[in-house]
Amino acid sequence: MTARLRAPGFPRAFLFLIIGTLFSAAIIIAARELYGYPVFADGGIDPKAQNAILMLSLLIAPLWWLIGFGAFDYWFYWAAGKPTRPEDHSNHGARTWRDYFKFNTDHKVIGIQYVVTSFFFMLVGGLLAMMVRAELMAPGSQFVNANAFNGLFSVHASLMIFLFVIPVFAGLANYVLPLMIGAPDMAFPRLNALSFWMLPIAGIMMTASFFAPGGSFSTGWTAYAPLSTDAPIGQMFFTIGVQFAGAASIATALNFLVTIITMRAPGMSFWRLPLLVWANFATSLLVVIATPFIAASQFFVLLDYALGFNFFRPERDGDILMYQHVFWFYSHPAVYIMMLPGFGIISEIIAVKARKPIFGYRMMAFSLLAIVLLGFTVWAHHMFVSGMQDWIRIPMMVTTAIIAVPTGIKIFSWLATLWRGVLHTDTPMLWALGFLTMFTLGGISGVVLAMVPMDIYVSDTYFIVAHIHYVLYGGSLFTIYAGVYYWFPKMTGRMFDERLGKLHFWLTFVAFNATFAPMHLVGVQGMPRRVSDYAEEFAGWNLFISLSSFVLGLSTLIFVYNIVASWRGGPRASANPWRALTMEWQVSSPPPIFNFDRVPTVVGGPYEYGVPDAVHGIFKPAEEARPKQVAGATAAEKEEGV
Amino acid sequence: MSLEERAQSAGPTPERPHARVNVGQMLLVGAIASALGIALGLLIDWFPVAASEEAGPIDTLWDVLLIASIPVFVLVTTVVLFAVLKFRMRPGEENLDGPPIHGNTRLEVIWTAIPAILLVGLCTYSFVVLEDVEALERDRIEVRVVGEQFAWTYYYDRDGEEVASRQLVLPIDRQVRFTLQSKDVIHDFWVPAFRIKKDAVPGIDVTYSVTPNRLGTFPVVCAELCGLGHAVMRSQARVVEQQEFESWLAEVGQPAQDEEGGDEGGGGGGEADPKALFASEGCGGCHTLADAGTTGTTGPDLDDVLQGKDEAFIRQAIVEPDAEIAEGYQGGIMPPNYEETIPGPQLDALVQYLSEVTQGG
Repeated sequence: MTARLRAPGFPRAFLFLIIGTLFSAAIIIAARELYGYPVFADGGIDPKAQNAILMLSLLIAPLWWLIGFGAFDYWFYWAAGKPTRPEDHSNHGARTWRDYFKFNTDHKVIGIQYVVTSFFFMLVGGLLAMMVRAELMAPGSQFVNANAFNGLFSVHASLMIFLFVIPVFAGLANYVLPLMIGAPDMAFPRLNALSFWMLPIAGIMMTASFFAPGGSFSTGWTAYAPLSTDAPIGQMFFTIGVQFAGAASIATALNFLVTIITMRAPGMSFWRLPLLVWANFATSLLVVIATPFIAASQFFVLLDYALGFNFFRPERDGDILMYQHVFWFYSHPAVYIMMLPGFGIISEIIAVKARKPIFGYRMMAFSLLAIVLLGFTVWAHHMFVSGMQDWIRIPMMVTTAIIAVPTGIKIFSWLATLWRGVLHTDTPMLWALGFLTMFTLGGISGVVLAMVPMDIYVSDTYFIVAHIHYVLYGGSLFTIYAGVYYWFPKMTGRMFDERLGKLHFWLTFVAFNATFAPMHLVGVQGMPRRVSDYAEEFAGWNLFISLSSFVLGLSTLIFVYNIVASWRGGPRASANPWRALTMEWQVSSPPPIFNFDRVPTVVGGPYEYGVPDAVHGIFKPAEEARPKQVAGATAAEKEEGV
Repeated sequence: MSLEERAQSAGPTPERPHARVNVGQMLLVGAIASALGIALGLLIDWFPVAASEEAGPIDTLWDVLLIASIPVFVLVTTVVLFAVLKFRMRPGEENLDGPPIHGNTRLEVIWTAIPAILLVGLCTYSFVVLEDVEALERDRIEVRVVGEQFAWTYYYDRDGEEVASRQLVLPIDRQVRFTLQSKDVIHDFWVPAFRIKKDAVPGIDVTYSVTPNRLGTFPVVCAELCGLGHAVMRSQARVVEQQEFESWLAEVGQPAQDEEGGDEGGGGGGEADPKALFASEGCGGCHTLADAGTTGTTGPDLDDVLQGKDEAFIRQAIVEPDAEIAEGYQGGIMPPNYEETIPGPQLDALVQYLSEVTQGG
């Protein structure tokens, strides 16, 4: 037993978790005693002291858990000057299912850990959405009170954003990106594993907030101060949970950036990168620059809440609008963090499934960078009614509208890629085409929202709810489904059930529109969002929306069944079932533990479909493959034939 | 040899007789679908009743946005559908690839420039609308709107003294400028019929102006999540003739005859009916009361908790709501200033009324 408690793993992790909690309690008790605050009352611990202990435990105990789990072992050895144990790769790659529950450093294992974990929280978040819609089936109170209702939609949004859309993209990219650029792994495998293991901490924290005294956090995922600085302790489960999700996100983004910059295979110039890699490069730039801002905004809330700081107390010269500025300086780019990787996935799928090169490859890459740049100049369009200074609204309206131009370039380029192709309309392609149409709708309502006078009327109504679900469900989630189906054979070595996949698509597509399209109308008619009760005139549409949303919820179960059943017993997948050129398809399904037996050499663009005998990467040494390679050769168009 | 040349040298792509699109036909289908879409978009009754001059330009802007955006959506959808119909893989084409077209600079310039021009045009138009709806007039009345969890209080200027009211009454055809403030968290003062909303933020004054132009009663909604009672933080705005407004303003907050009450008071001057007062104060938003036909659940059910209680208890429950909290409910939710905003006699009548209708159970 002691041996198990000394070795890294779950037993030691939970032991450390207990020690961490006691450690937090000791600090609080000592500090309160020192300052003369009451600690013990009525034979127990004073409620305020209990809250303080809980809060500090939320902040510190997860770090103890991570240490116990072994996340820092190697670094500690190294830092302490002890002989580091030679890497035996015992925690690298998965041989049994148990290896997925270890501090595993293989990017393919981490990718699957990410995807499965985030889909788990997606199902939790979806369940909460079903409860929200059940409450909203009729005006008045159905089965939850106002506080619980506010908690339901707050946790729903937080889980979907921080525990599903953002990490699932990181997971998919974790799996395929190193393969695509011909690298054996990510640049920092241990950091990669650490990033993943911070994620369940954030998810469990946010979900567990329902058990906090006073209920879960109920201030929306935006957690506007001063509502959040004056809320029950459940609020801290969000404030602190976001720190872990954010730290995971930043570490992964750094990892992607270094991997993309330094670990490309010979011949893989930036202009030969698959667009998924470009998309994650752009996303990682956004994450690294923007995510510290949400960390800051939540630390401000934490300090106001726990230590009586006055960031957001107007009577003490605090500034309430500052919260919104700092928050949206992250949270608007976050919209692109949740969309750009999806753009990458769609580019991969459309090129392969239309059997044509991506139309305007370079503009596709440039438009990603344009979105990154413009994405930082539009945040205040979330604040047109916030009471900030008036003049800033006009420049923010113009930049917001202009960001539709690079997005439009992408949409039109995908359409041109489809044109005259040989379209394989199987499940991944259906999701990609569904994305094209639904995301266009979401983008259009985004332009409507950019127009200041229109936004002043519809902001904080169901029109917003409709818009964000068209962008994040019809946009991001459709691309996630597309990507999961597309790479499922590579990740699991099995084929999914095509008929169930198509059924899943059509049912979701119809139910999605039935659920969210009418929200545009009830929003413009004047129904505010985030309300558990509404005026009688909206009752008809809300009943219809609720019923549609239940069908939408059920359609997700088809996906879950298809994935689980196909993973267990689907037919074996070949190495390259889609006849794709990109490199992840040139190795076995699933790939060997170190990805490539030989370092591949890239000799052409990633999407040369229709060019006879075109290859993207070959498994020969660089000098043999390209004897006359001109250093720095750029455009695919300028390349000479092999 | 460039990629294009290589593709050429391999001979033309195999003929796919079914995979031909008559672009004219596609454009026609797109144009018809756009026209139908726009017609449908304009036929739908999107907005609630309009009751301000600002509503006109904003509703027109909406129509313009519909007309500009529906063809974009139809264009994308039509191309996707035509591509699927015409270019989908047929049996025997399993190993066929499309032509290796890498781009077309002219097309790319076009689809960068046209949306950019369209968007700049829409922005310019929106700017004009914004200037129009935010223009201030000289002859306007000022109303200070103070939000708190979970009610609005309106302060009017009457000959230099400020009077408070729980009801929003506005004269028709005269611009009113609201100055929004908040006592606790952020609220958002929105009368959908007036089309304009802004946040009430603690610590700063936020202003906007509207010119009501329709007589009637319109809902007031809080549009920013402000806590437990956010959904029920609703009341009503009444737009009346100038004369009626003046007589209402003259009576509002008038020191009650037999009370020593200060200069703050409120409620509709002439309304003595306590049942109407119960409704106009928005009590029913949070409380269930069978006699008034309300079903709010944020606060305790009055039929239940007031049953068998004396008038003193009921009065305290109104003016000092946190003195005793019903089991299962939280304190700090009901506004603590009803003594200020309900004139003495009306408060007495309300207490008596509540006592009568709940006593019998």
